[in-house]
Amino acid sequence: MKKSSLIAILGIAIAIAIIISTAGDASSYVSFEEAFEMSQKGNTTKIHVVGQLKKDAMGNVVGVRTHADKLSFTFVLVDDKNREETVFYNEPVPPDFYRSEQVVVVGAFRDNLFVADRILMKCPSKYQEEEVKAGL
Amino acid sequence: MVHYLIGDLGHLFVILSFVASLVATFAYFKATVSDDIRKQEWLKNARTAFYVHALSVLGVIVALFSIIYNHYYEYHYAWAHSSNNLPTHYMISCFWEGQEGSFLLWIFWHALLGVIIIHTNKYWEAPTMAVFAAVQVFLASMILGVVIPGLNLKIGSSPFILLRDALPSPIFQLNPNFVPEDGTGLNPLLQNYWMVIHPPTLFLGYAATLVPFAYAIAGLWQRKYKDWIRPALPWTIFSGGILGLGILMGGYWAYETLNFGGYWNWDPVENAVYIPWLFLVGAIHVMVSYRNSQRALKTSFILIIVTFILILYGTFLVRSGVLGDSSVHSFTDLGLNGQLILYLMFFVGVSVVLLLIRWKHIPTSEREASTYSREFWVFIGAMVLCLAGFQVLVETSKPVYNKVINAFGGIGNMAPRADAVAFYSQIQLWFAVAVALLSGAGQYFWWKREDGTKLKDEMLTPVLVSVILCIFIIPISGITKLPYIVLLISGTYALVGNAFILTRLLKTSPKLSGGAVAHIGLAMMLIGMLFSSGYSKVVSLNNTGLLISRDQSEEFNNENLLLFINEPRYMAGYEIRYKGPRLELRGKSGYISKFDVEPTGLPDEVRAKTDLFWKDQKVAARGETVHVYGENTFYEIEYKSDEGKTFTLYPRAQVNESMGGLLASPDIKRRWGSDLYTHVSSIPIEKSEEEWSELEEVKVLTGKPFFVNDYVATLEKVERVNEVEGVNMEGVMAVMGTIKVQGEAGEYFPKVYFLIKGSTVAFIPEEVPELGVRFFLRNIHPETNEFTIGYNTTQKDWVVLKAMEKPLINVLWLGTFVLMGGFGMSLARRYGEFRKMRDKNQE
Repeated sequence: MKKSSLIAILGIAIAIAIIISTAGDASSYVSFEEAFEMSQKGNTTKIHVVGQLKKDAMGNVVGVRTHADKLSFTFVLVDDKNREETVFYNEPVPPDFYRSEQVVVVGAFRDNLFVADRILMKCPSKYQEEEVKAGL
Repeated sequence: MVHYLIGDLGHLFVILSFVASLVATFAYFKATVSDDIRKQEWLKNARTAFYVHALSVLGVIVALFSIIYNHYYEYHYAWAHSSNNLPTHYMISCFWEGQEGSFLLWIFWHALLGVIIIHTNKYWEAPTMAVFAAVQVFLASMILGVVIPGLNLKIGSSPFILLRDALPSPIFQLNPNFVPEDGTGLNPLLQNYWMVIHPPTLFLGYAATLVPFAYAIAGLWQRKYKDWIRPALPWTIFSGGILGLGILMGGYWAYETLNFGGYWNWDPVENAVYIPWLFLVGAIHVMVSYRNSQRALKTSFILIIVTFILILYGTFLVRSGVLGDSSVHSFTDLGLNGQLILYLMFFVGVSVVLLLIRWKHIPTSEREASTYSREFWVFIGAMVLCLAGFQVLVETSKPVYNKVINAFGGIGNMAPRADAVAFYSQIQLWFAVAVALLSGAGQYFWWKREDGTKLKDEMLTPVLVSVILCIFIIPISGITKLPYIVLLISGTYALVGNAFILTRLLKTSPKLSGGAVAHIGLAMMLIGMLFSSGYSKVVSLNNTGLLISRDQSEEFNNENLLLFINEPRYMAGYEIRYKGPRLELRGKSGYISKFDVEPTGLPDEVRAKTDLFWKDQKVAARGETVHVYGENTFYEIEYKSDEGKTFTLYPRAQVNESMGGLLASPDIKRRWGSDLYTHVSSIPIEKSEEEWSELEEVKVLTGKPFFVNDYVATLEKVERVNEVEGVNMEGVMAVMGTIKVQGEAGEYFPKVYFLIKGSTVAFIPEEVPELGVRFFLRNIHPETNEFTIGYNTTQKDWVVLKAMEKPLINVLWLGTFVLMGGFGMSLARRYGEFRKMRDKNQE
């Protein structure tokens, strides 16, 4: 076999390996129910759950508990299937947290508590103003 | 008053630039395909059209800048991206905060590069400029802002749109000529000097990739399969260098301004530039190889074309809104998706079809490259670079797969990697190892003859030197992970090997040493990255012994430190102390305590409550107005090492409602071995009344100490006063008490008032925010000469701090300079070669 074909085959093999590594371990957005089932089966893969903060009738966020040292907190997240879960996050409350429209938590269940390694917040109009404020 | 003229003028220039680029495309096309006599006429017309285009682009920029500079808030662009108190140099950044402005910047660089191409080329002008002008047609259409009547089809988004058209708001129905007083301001993260130079640099790199692409297309088109390489090579090196510089500036900005603790986050927006850059660097290598040995011509074509297409694909990713959920800093969707896809598809189509038609005619070398030849190893190196880019591309494109699956009725649900940084790093690390080894060995193949035995002798010394070096480095640095050890050895080898080559080259032909210098820079960067990222250590560990959560295991150690004002903590060999919140002075350097000033109602002006000092220099007298940067609060944190040396860091936080809360920026202590990188991760929100404890009272004599919240306080004196600020003194009897409190960091003298008017009494308390205590003068007992002092306490001011150590990060920054030096040297050399040939009328 010619050397160039050998190299070409090697290159293609690596490329295929790359595609498989991406597709094989692809994480996807799941609900709390699926996340819980995964943890029951001993699967501790980090997963993404999309949801909203629990709010009362007035639209105020409820269920946020900051620990005494302000270095971690728990909150209640309602996923797209309306299941509520308490989520623990080992970082101070991000100050734009209460304003977020949507929260993505990345983590896994440990026992019965969802422990988030990372939370991603989608805030309204972060970079673009949507209306001219009255009284400008 | 609405200034219509400037906007209309700007819009006119936009349309003119679009039309002129269309004309230029057509004319350059005709000039390329016409015979010699007609050619000159078409060329003349084409040049005129391109100049009209370039001047109109300049006109657009001038119009837009004057709108921003003069605060014409009737225009959406000025209102959305600027504000009255924005310093002039940041007005430049306003320009590229918005999508339209950044398109404009890109168009501008293309226009400028086009003019340079016209003036530096003879033979190549017509075909390359036809490609240039065609690209400009697409880009200019992005900011056209024209609605085709009947079809309701909007083409492009104009930066000259009026606020009332962009955001229909009730106020415009009442008064169509309403002009807001102030703009909404520039994203505070962009108010940084790096943001003035990073985007133009990056876009110049982006724009410069068009030049080699245009040459490659021209070469295929004109069947000059070999000749395009020489003029294109200096441009390929130029764009590789500038694009690399732009990427690194972005990384440095992130390191200095954002608080994720690094310079690279594998965010899709970052990847969108990193991928084409890898292919571009691969292209440089195969083109250089071609210049020397007439090999890898087809690869050169492919890599140059792929690079440009990846630039377009990256543009699509960043600007179409596809990344919406997976990236923190992509642009919002402007409804340009259709146009962006058309732009991408057009150039994919043209170049792929052209390449396929001409493929058979591109000359190839029949002889197999020897394993000992430089071409062979350069080719392998380019392949490794491309595979590295491919890996990032496959992963970054996930949101695109979801969109495509959804478009065909499926449910695309692929989420981005939970830990993107770890995922990319663990794979890219091995590509880096391969690149380092090849760059070390490749240079030997490059400068030596194809002789197996001799090569082995030559390479033995650097291999031995690097192994010996690593035997010393590894135990000292404490590296234990196998992949890191491998990377360290290969990085060291790349450094040593290239240093050997460089010393030899400097003696014989220093002009040719660009490659060796660039590779040394790369090796330094790899070593810097390895240590600063692989061994970045959080040092702000929670060592108070307090349990965070009883449910959690021990691995759940806290990585933040809660600092109460003036209470020392120990961290990373320092005694650290939070000294209080500070404001930065405007117009001169220095910080003042936020506790010593009161608001005036204007965000950037405060009034001094006491005489203010900075480094023993008086900044303002009591009652004076002080100009500050009101939106930033700095947290003064003093570090004292065991040897007693002190320094102070001022990490910054910005509470910005419209941006969604707190934006923290780090402050970095630069040290030789490692940087100490700190930022606040939480700050107290504004105090409300409920947070004060219940009022407590003590009966005291003047001069006799008493305890308040563990502090020693004395009522110094009590006196009758005739003036109390803010009080109408008619019929009022006022008594002022001066209290002295001994705090951790000094004495405080709060003044409290007791007012009597008829049968009613009133109290004016004073708070000592540093101590979290508020004092009242509650009563006077003339019979015993005693006074009742009331006080309530609140939580003391605090911040939560996160600190990291970044070892050897300065090797990374130093390496980037070396790398850029190498790019510059080879650029000079290759441009010289091109010029020589051109002046002989060869090109």
